[in-house]
Amino acid sequence: MNLAHIFVFTIIGVMAAVFARWRPSLWSIVRPWVMLVVSVVALFWLQPGTPIRNLAFWLPIASLVFTAGTWAITQKIARAELRPTMITGLVIVAVVMLMALLREVELPFTFLAARPPSELLVVIGLVAGIGIVLLMGRAFNLKPRALTVGIVVLIGLLIALKLEPITALLSTGLRALNAQNTAEASARDLSWLGFSYIAFRLIHALRERQNGKLPAMSLREFMIYVVFFPALTAGPIDRSERFIKDLRAPYSAEAADIASADALRRTLIGIFKKFALADTLALIALNEINAGQLRPGLWAWVVVYAYALRIYFDFSGYTDIAIGLGRWFGIKLPENFNRPYLKPNLTQFWNSWHITLSQWFRAYWFNPLARGLRKPSLHLSPVSMIFIGQASTMLLIALWHGITLNFIAWGVWHALGLFVHNRWADWSKTRGWAETLGAWGRLRQIGSVIATFHFVAFGWIWFALPSLDLSLLTFRRLVGQ
Amino acid sequence: MKTIIRIGLKALALFVVFNLAFALTRPVPSLGRLSLYNSVFPGRQRLPWGENAALAYNLTLNNLNAMIASHEIARAKAADEYRVVLIGDSSTWGFLLRPEDTLAAKLNARNLMAADGRRMRFYNIGYPDFSLTKDALLLSRAMRYQPDLVVWLVTLRSFPIAAQSHALTQANSQEAQAIAPTRPMTSVTATDSNLESARRDLADLIRLQLYGVMWAATGVDQYLPATYEPLQRDFDNDDSFFNLKQPLSEDDLALDVLAAGKRIAGTVPLLVVNEPIFVSAGRNSDIRYNFFYPRWAYDQYRELMLRQAATQGWRYVDLWNAVPPSDFTNSAVHLSPTGSQVLADQLAVELGR
Repeated sequence: MNLAHIFVFTIIGVMAAVFARWRPSLWSIVRPWVMLVVSVVALFWLQPGTPIRNLAFWLPIASLVFTAGTWAITQKIARAELRPTMITGLVIVAVVMLMALLREVELPFTFLAARPPSELLVVIGLVAGIGIVLLMGRAFNLKPRALTVGIVVLIGLLIALKLEPITALLSTGLRALNAQNTAEASARDLSWLGFSYIAFRLIHALRERQNGKLPAMSLREFMIYVVFFPALTAGPIDRSERFIKDLRAPYSAEAADIASADALRRTLIGIFKKFALADTLALIALNEINAGQLRPGLWAWVVVYAYALRIYFDFSGYTDIAIGLGRWFGIKLPENFNRPYLKPNLTQFWNSWHITLSQWFRAYWFNPLARGLRKPSLHLSPVSMIFIGQASTMLLIALWHGITLNFIAWGVWHALGLFVHNRWADWSKTRGWAETLGAWGRLRQIGSVIATFHFVAFGWIWFALPSLDLSLLTFRRLVGQ
Repeated sequence: MKTIIRIGLKALALFVVFNLAFALTRPVPSLGRLSLYNSVFPGRQRLPWGENAALAYNLTLNNLNAMIASHEIARAKAADEYRVVLIGDSSTWGFLLRPEDTLAAKLNARNLMAADGRRMRFYNIGYPDFSLTKDALLLSRAMRYQPDLVVWLVTLRSFPIAAQSHALTQANSQEAQAIAPTRPMTSVTATDSNLESARRDLADLIRLQLYGVMWAATGVDQYLPATYEPLQRDFDNDDSFFNLKQPLSEDDLALDVLAAGKRIAGTVPLLVVNEPIFVSAGRNSDIRYNFFYPRWAYDQYRELMLRQAATQGWRYVDLWNAVPPSDFTNSAVHLSPTGSQVLADQLAVELGR
């Protein structure tokens, strides 16, 4: 999202707030439709361009098909629901066709990243997409195996998109299909707007259906939940039952006033964090080019600190903007950050950094794994259980960012840090150190915050750079070599 | 809703007030004097200039105060320092050269001593593009930092009247006009000098300070591509130069600016150096020395400079062919590190006289 996107979304939000004040009862009816239409349009508008012909148009359609398909296998579709479902489907198709018709219009500004494919092709694509969704709904609705297959497909797609050789291969195939130069195929060709977040929301829905906890949702509600425009690019990953509660909450003028003021405040804070602080820090933050140029000494530390601050302000700025934009429509998206760099240990850091992602992994990986590891037949000690649980979770969080050696190193770095902290916390508890009060306690607290920040900041050296060699070189520069 | 309207109105009022105050006071040139260089960050070895700021950690700006304040010349002069200022074009600045390979750096590496026993310290005040007026403008600023000697590296391309207008002279037209009072000076037009451009200037000033971190951390101040297009060795059958007609006359060249430079230097000795050029042996090299110069123009320029030096009493040295053709990079005046070393060796000899 750039400033123009945020500005337009804010204007829509302000108009929504004014309309809600003017015609509260009508707004209650119109609100979900506005959210659906804006979100579907945003899927196309925010999708970055790719060198592969028409792909920038097909990827948003694929997001819609995946979402509708997941809805079709996770929701019990009553006969009475057919009419509203069809209306929702028609609205989505109409918006997509409207996007496709932009092919015929010369806009004075850039709206879509690339010219849409011909209308005929879009119609064929839509028919195929609708066919897939109908087939899924008819053949696999609520079938346990279909839910598992759905999860496997989504994870497989995530792996394919995050593993460079596969992405490059996919790009080659797509280029060949389009009669484009395959020699120029690159992993970067497949930049699919927000798919990491969309896939995690869909997996959440599939798992919750398996657990029998997924709330009943109409197609419209499910679509809004998965592709809600403020949370498309950088999350947060909300839980469906929480989101739906907001979506179904009745309109209240008082609550709307508070929400509007909050929306504006959060959006402005987010804009300042992202566009003033993060983008400025980007000029001096560690990156793959300057890492190789660093000279030993204190200034190398400044460059690493700049990266640590930049990534925080960038990501938390986007989250503030997402939360702010959501508030205009009465959706209170969950917080993703809670002063992570002021935490005295790594466990608390991970409870306050990208909170919704950590919670997702805790719910769908760490907790089930911990339950499994506790089986007496495995004969595992509590310490090894903790290590396996933390290490595998951190590794998966790392791989979610990208399947590269450097992300794995970042995951291992944090896994070891969490494990060491866990052991230290237990050990210091037995000596009564944890309860130290007074000046010494405060000093220890400050020291812990500084140490934790540095551990995290050094961890970013793995995260920010493309190769282990470059990361190790940066570490050497920090220690004056 | 009232809260939002209140916030909106306050924001609008603040926006208007700040912009009005900014427009009325135009603080950017003065703010340029405030610099983190030479205190928080080491001073830059050459003036800020860059075509790709993100990769060069450097940028082009026209705020003379900020440019000089970021340069190492702005630091206090040591008691045993004999300060030598080098001015000139991109060749002196060191296009495609690392800071340690520029002429000033090569001269500093020689640890030369002045006749009075002070250590000679060379400062690179060269700046890309050809314009004697631009050079003189920078000289006038450099004179504030107590130089003991000025070395002005020139080449014919900086002399034509049409070459005098430069982004720096346009942005600082009053100062530039004082250097060449008889010549109408192009200044930044009113449409270019608006609030938006002033805000951009302020942003550039802030970016220059930020890039101080990268300068301190990497020592990089120019993006050096892995490959570049080498200079042209073969030419068309064309002997034109700036639409000037043979023979080259004194009126064709901005010799008054050179005289102004002498005036600006005042009692500080000035050494004028005709900098080395690439001499081609390629196609039509009997007509042209290189892409810039037809032989007739350059030969007549050299003769004219010799005559001028003699009549005006300049200390002048002609090093036009001091560097072998193999030591030029992408233009007829840009030197390789070896070429830079060769020129430094020659200049050191001259300075030792």
